[in-house]
Amino acid sequence: MNLWLWILIACALAYLTKLVGYFVPAKLLESPRIMHVAGTMTIGLLASLTVVNAVASGQGLVLDARIGALVAAGVALWLRAPFLVVVISGAAAAALLRLLGWG
Amino acid sequence: MSGGPAPLKLRESPAFKVALSLSIATGLYGVSFGALAVASGFDFWQTMVLSLLLFSGGSQFAFIGVVAGGGSGVAAMTASALLGLRNGIYGMQINAMLRPGGWKRYVSAHVTIDESTATASGQSDPDEQRRGFWTAGIGIFILWNIFTAIGALAGDAMGDPKQWGLDGAAVAAFLALLWPRLRGREPWAIAAACALATIVAVPFVPSGVPILVAAVVAGVIGWFSHARMDEGLEPDVDPYAEKHRREHGGRK
Repeated sequence: MNLWLWILIACALAYLTKLVGYFVPAKLLESPRIMHVAGTMTIGLLASLTVVNAVASGQGLVLDARIGALVAAGVALWLRAPFLVVVISGAAAAALLRLLGWG
Repeated sequence: MSGGPAPLKLRESPAFKVALSLSIATGLYGVSFGALAVASGFDFWQTMVLSLLLFSGGSQFAFIGVVAGGGSGVAAMTASALLGLRNGIYGMQINAMLRPGGWKRYVSAHVTIDESTATASGQSDPDEQRRGFWTAGIGIFILWNIFTAIGALAGDAMGDPKQWGLDGAAVAAFLALLWPRLRGREPWAIAAACALATIVAVPFVPSGVPILVAAVVAGVIGWFSHARMDEGLEPDVDPYAEKHRREHGGRK
């Protein structure tokens, strides 16, 4: 139940953020600082989420099959593979490494 | 909608075609969102509500990613909200471009995401901008939700998510969302700084919080940097990839 609450709050905030752009005078949001923060925040959060999902296990740092997924995804992206192919490469690499008995 | 001089057939509109193929490409990866959400412990309807109401790929993946890592609901909500900040900028851009009035504003706000904004901004004719925005926005909304449902049902049937490497799929998904935004030296530096801050923070703070530490680092960098204006504001799937590749061997 608790999770439902946070899901709904997240949904409301997502919609309100989008809506703010339509109602706040453009001058306010067009400030270079706000634009920069929105952009760097996106990059920083995605980088952080990538790392957390690759090496964090609770409050520990571990190297397991997920590192193989990270490398496979990097190679797929470098080869300009589409999103879904990248995701499948990551899953396949992790599954394969586990099958071989690692991580 | 607005009667231009020679009403273009929808099928002949370049923006419509781009938006349609983009909708299919983006919609398809809703499968990975649905499957990952279920593997992370969300039930079918929680997964669907995220796709129907939150409707912003990066923020949805962030929400389930934090929970999957053992983070709290508050941390998941905060990461998702911060990652969605750029949609406010998109809203402002679309409002300036299309000037939707009345109830249309409330609908267009909901479908204001990376892809619909990028499709519209890639066109110069106002009618084409409008077609591109609405086709991509509504097309992605429909397909994204259909494929989320398929992914969630498939994920439910799959059993042990680790055996299928679904935790590896999550890593790949986040890297794929980050990748198109790493153009130039500064984005790489920001990504590296935030990745490092995350790793340093993991042992010391509860799960989910390292992501917020990285957000603070990114925010401080953004506040004091003088990089180009649209940094980090690239779509996950570039609607004009072919054109950009032809013109400069990459995006401008």
